[in-house]
Amino acid sequence: MNYFDETIASVHQKLANRQLSVAELNQATIQRIQQLNPTLNSFLAVNDQPVPETSVDSEQLLAGIPLAIKDNILTKQLKTTAASKILSNFQSVYESTVTTKLLAAGMHNIGKTNMDEFAMGSSSENSAFGPVKNPWNLQKVPGGSSGGSAAAVAAGEVLAALGTDTGGSVRQPASFNGVFGIKPTYGRVSRWGVIAFCSSMDQVGVLSRHVADSALILQTMAGYDPHDNTSSSQPVPNFSAINADVRGLKIAVPDEFMGDGVAPGVRQQVQHALDLLAAQGAQIDTVQLPHAQYAVQVYYIIASSEASSNLQRYDGIRYGYRSTEVQNLEDVYVHSRSEGFGDEVKRRIMLGTFALSAGYYDAYFNKAAQVRTLINQDFEKVFQNYDLIVGPTAPTTAFDLGSRIDDPVVMYMNDILTIPANLAGLPAASVPVGLADGMPVGVQLIAPAFGEQTIFNTAQVLENETNFLAQRPQIGGQN
Amino acid sequence: MNFETTIGLEVHVELKTATKMFSPSPVTYGAEPNTQANIIDFGFPGTLPTVNKQAYKLGIMTALALHATVEHHTHFDRKNYFYPDNPKAYQITQKEKPLGHDGWVEIEVHGQKKKIGIEELHIEEDAGKNTHGDAGYSLVDFNRQGTPLVEIVSKPDMKSPDEAYAYLENLRHIILFTGASDVKMEEGSMRVDTNISVRPIGSDKLGQKVELKNLNSFRHVKNGLAFEEKRQTEILMAGGEIRPETRRYDEATASTILMRVKEGADDYRYFPEPDLPDYHITSDWIEAIRHEIPEMPQARRQRYIQELGIPEYDAQVLTDTKEMSDFFDQTVDLGADPKQVSNWLMVNVNAYMNEHNLSLDETQLTPQHLATMIGLVKDGTISSKIAKKVFAETISNGTEPKAWVEQKGLIQQSDPAVLTPLINQVLDQNEQSIIDFKNGKDRAFGFLVGQIMKQTHGQANPKVVNQILTAEIQKR
Amino acid sequence: MLDKKLVRHVAQLAKLEFDDATLEKFTSQLDEIIQMENELTKLDTTGVAPTTHIARQETALRPDQPQPTQTREQLLQNVPEQQAGYVKVPSILDNGEDAQ
Repeated sequence: MNYFDETIASVHQKLANRQLSVAELNQATIQRIQQLNPTLNSFLAVNDQPVPETSVDSEQLLAGIPLAIKDNILTKQLKTTAASKILSNFQSVYESTVTTKLLAAGMHNIGKTNMDEFAMGSSSENSAFGPVKNPWNLQKVPGGSSGGSAAAVAAGEVLAALGTDTGGSVRQPASFNGVFGIKPTYGRVSRWGVIAFCSSMDQVGVLSRHVADSALILQTMAGYDPHDNTSSSQPVPNFSAINADVRGLKIAVPDEFMGDGVAPGVRQQVQHALDLLAAQGAQIDTVQLPHAQYAVQVYYIIASSEASSNLQRYDGIRYGYRSTEVQNLEDVYVHSRSEGFGDEVKRRIMLGTFALSAGYYDAYFNKAAQVRTLINQDFEKVFQNYDLIVGPTAPTTAFDLGSRIDDPVVMYMNDILTIPANLAGLPAASVPVGLADGMPVGVQLIAPAFGEQTIFNTAQVLENETNFLAQRPQIGGQN
Repeated sequence: MNFETTIGLEVHVELKTATKMFSPSPVTYGAEPNTQANIIDFGFPGTLPTVNKQAYKLGIMTALALHATVEHHTHFDRKNYFYPDNPKAYQITQKEKPLGHDGWVEIEVHGQKKKIGIEELHIEEDAGKNTHGDAGYSLVDFNRQGTPLVEIVSKPDMKSPDEAYAYLENLRHIILFTGASDVKMEEGSMRVDTNISVRPIGSDKLGQKVELKNLNSFRHVKNGLAFEEKRQTEILMAGGEIRPETRRYDEATASTILMRVKEGADDYRYFPEPDLPDYHITSDWIEAIRHEIPEMPQARRQRYIQELGIPEYDAQVLTDTKEMSDFFDQTVDLGADPKQVSNWLMVNVNAYMNEHNLSLDETQLTPQHLATMIGLVKDGTISSKIAKKVFAETISNGTEPKAWVEQKGLIQQSDPAVLTPLINQVLDQNEQSIIDFKNGKDRAFGFLVGQIMKQTHGQANPKVVNQILTAEIQKR
Repeated sequence: MLDKKLVRHVAQLAKLEFDDATLEKFTSQLDEIIQMENELTKLDTTGVAPTTHIARQETALRPDQPQPTQTREQLLQNVPEQQAGYVKVPSILDNGEDAQ
């Protein structure tokens, strides 16, 4: 199976026409993953059970299509570990809402993808099961935290994968791997069955090479879920009805997104994309998001605070890893957690615990929550006059493995362009537009709340006009 | 030096709902361990809370019954601490904006009436339960995890253990009447923590408070506080200093025992629960709930005394439980004489309940049956002696009184046309008794009545028999 | 300024422990992060309401109707130690303290 030449629609056509059987498709996908995984480490578990042969009728657009699922999304098939030692043996007894909906639509859980432990990280190096490699250059990181999902899609192991995005974890790896990745509006997708990192920002997103494939999957998994009080009752449009037309679209480019912190090669590709959009009839202006420069500071306090609380349940008592070095109850807690969590998770738990602790709450947590309001207000102001915000997804292309792992502040700063959309709960995507020094560059599109359709329409124009998909990565791209 | 005592109480009450506060698993008391819990109660990864509407409603009802102001803009907060019975290692509670604030409960101690302030009350989830297992181990059951609680925090307005006791009794009584909770200390649906401090009279600063826990009954609360009051006073008298401590009441020695010395405040790292957006309580909903609150015991007592002429003591007994008071009201509404209803409930029904160790709703008696029976006595259909038989049958077997009386032929004979010939027949057979009576021997009259009752198998109406007998003797 | 004493205290709250070398490293890394965070103090946020939720709707209240639970076997499937249907843990040595 060569996924580089396919879309979900084209594979569906073959299944519906009986040119290809569901079992053959499944077998070919498993073979391809097994061939590439030793190099990329993009999957933590592969579902190698043969699937029963079923016929696919023309209405079932997703039937039989293999789906890669980030390993912080709970599934009854395969373990769910969040790439952590503390959950290394965890078998979920229930299925997340997103996978329930996609399985009901006929998709097949082909495997669980590697990631930064508990989705904390921007390089997928913080996995208890080894780092993921970037298929464009094995010396580079794939980004994170959904690095396994992005690499799997980029290397043609699957057509589409689920990721989660709390501070850019779908978009930044999408950018680093030259694939499309969308984080929907906060509340668009249920978080039931998604291992919580930062409850007020986590959203499940989709990664695929083709914009249309993500649109189809997102519309299938979105919608109100009575299990999740933060899920939205807004009706879900038929995202697949993409209108690749940007005539009259009012695009804002924030000054703050195109500053000196952005690598020249990245800036050049983004400018090229803006020129293409302008040529297609979009109106492009420069705007200000004056508080966006504080986004990283706000994010690391709020996300770490919520995480410190969300991750307290991993205590070695009801499930997960329990240390064998245990004399008393305190040991169960302290040893299980100290042995079970990796360094980045511990750093964030420490930061969050500190920010919520007596005497520091007002100066840190509450202050960050106030600045979050200011950032949201900046967006509201811009969206009074514009349909879409466009800028780079990340300040750089994929960086070298190991180059930032011991420098948290530098690592955190890599998220400065993706974090604002999470703070404000806005839909945002990364669209590949070109290469800089041989590595992919993504353009970020941010829409007002529930404005995913504008993102899909604009992204489709970029997919058509840049012809980026003609480019192939080093690993997996030869065949 | 003279000292004064300051007491504040924190009372946890389990709300009577079918499901948990934040999960739809059932609330059941006394089930097999871990069979009434789901993945939310177990704190599984990826689970999220949902809010029980009925718990909110009962919380609002409790707030209103305690004269508290209901907060319109509510949200939940997380209280973080590790404990085996706390599966998420945080408890979802309301810290910043409690559901209600500034309420009061009126108490009366030694004839003095006083209002005890309620600082605030909030809804939250209960924890699971730890029990001791094999040596060195504890066993955890999550059935109770997530049961809705309302925590009621009093102001430090109580000046003596007696006031604390009276406050608890009235608080329990009020909540019982709202129906929001069973408020049973012995089943843990009501739990009391206390804070007590002592200071020299005239001091403008409260003394160092000590927390007192493990109080399994109101009596323990009173005794524990009394012990603490004495202990603290003695330390101060001796020039000592009170330490910030948590102590527990030990029933065997009727004393308090140190659990731990508090080193600084606990750091629970409260912050707004991100999984639950805010909830706005509308005035309409509050008013609708206000209308649903049943009449409170104090109001009922006054109504019984003033409108129904029931003595104060009886009114007190009748309003001891909502069940009894409702039963009384329903029976009176069916037309029965209030004093008669009160007498039956206070004497016969209570005796039956005590003897068989049953609650009122566990007996077979209904207001309809009691009203019917009282009516039968009143209209002379049965005698009060027969009524006792009817009562025994009805309360044990739920038999309809009127039908049973008819079926068993227990209807009282009051018809002079039937009784007069019968009485004359007895008189004819007992000439000597007539003579004795006329010679002033009153006992002879009683003997004649007895003979008549014997002839009628006890069914003759004694009042009517008296009248006819007197008249017929005079004729002779 | 974050020192080792404060980091140790925070670790205690979070039920984590570090050996001396790691404590050293974490203290300096966390200090660096806190320095970065202190940039927020430059902003005047007087009177600004904090944002703690971004869901654009209220909490929905759930009807009080019980739903079937998972079986005990499912709930205990991942438990490290169990006994007679209970979750088993080393004793809680706190003299009867109910940590509520």
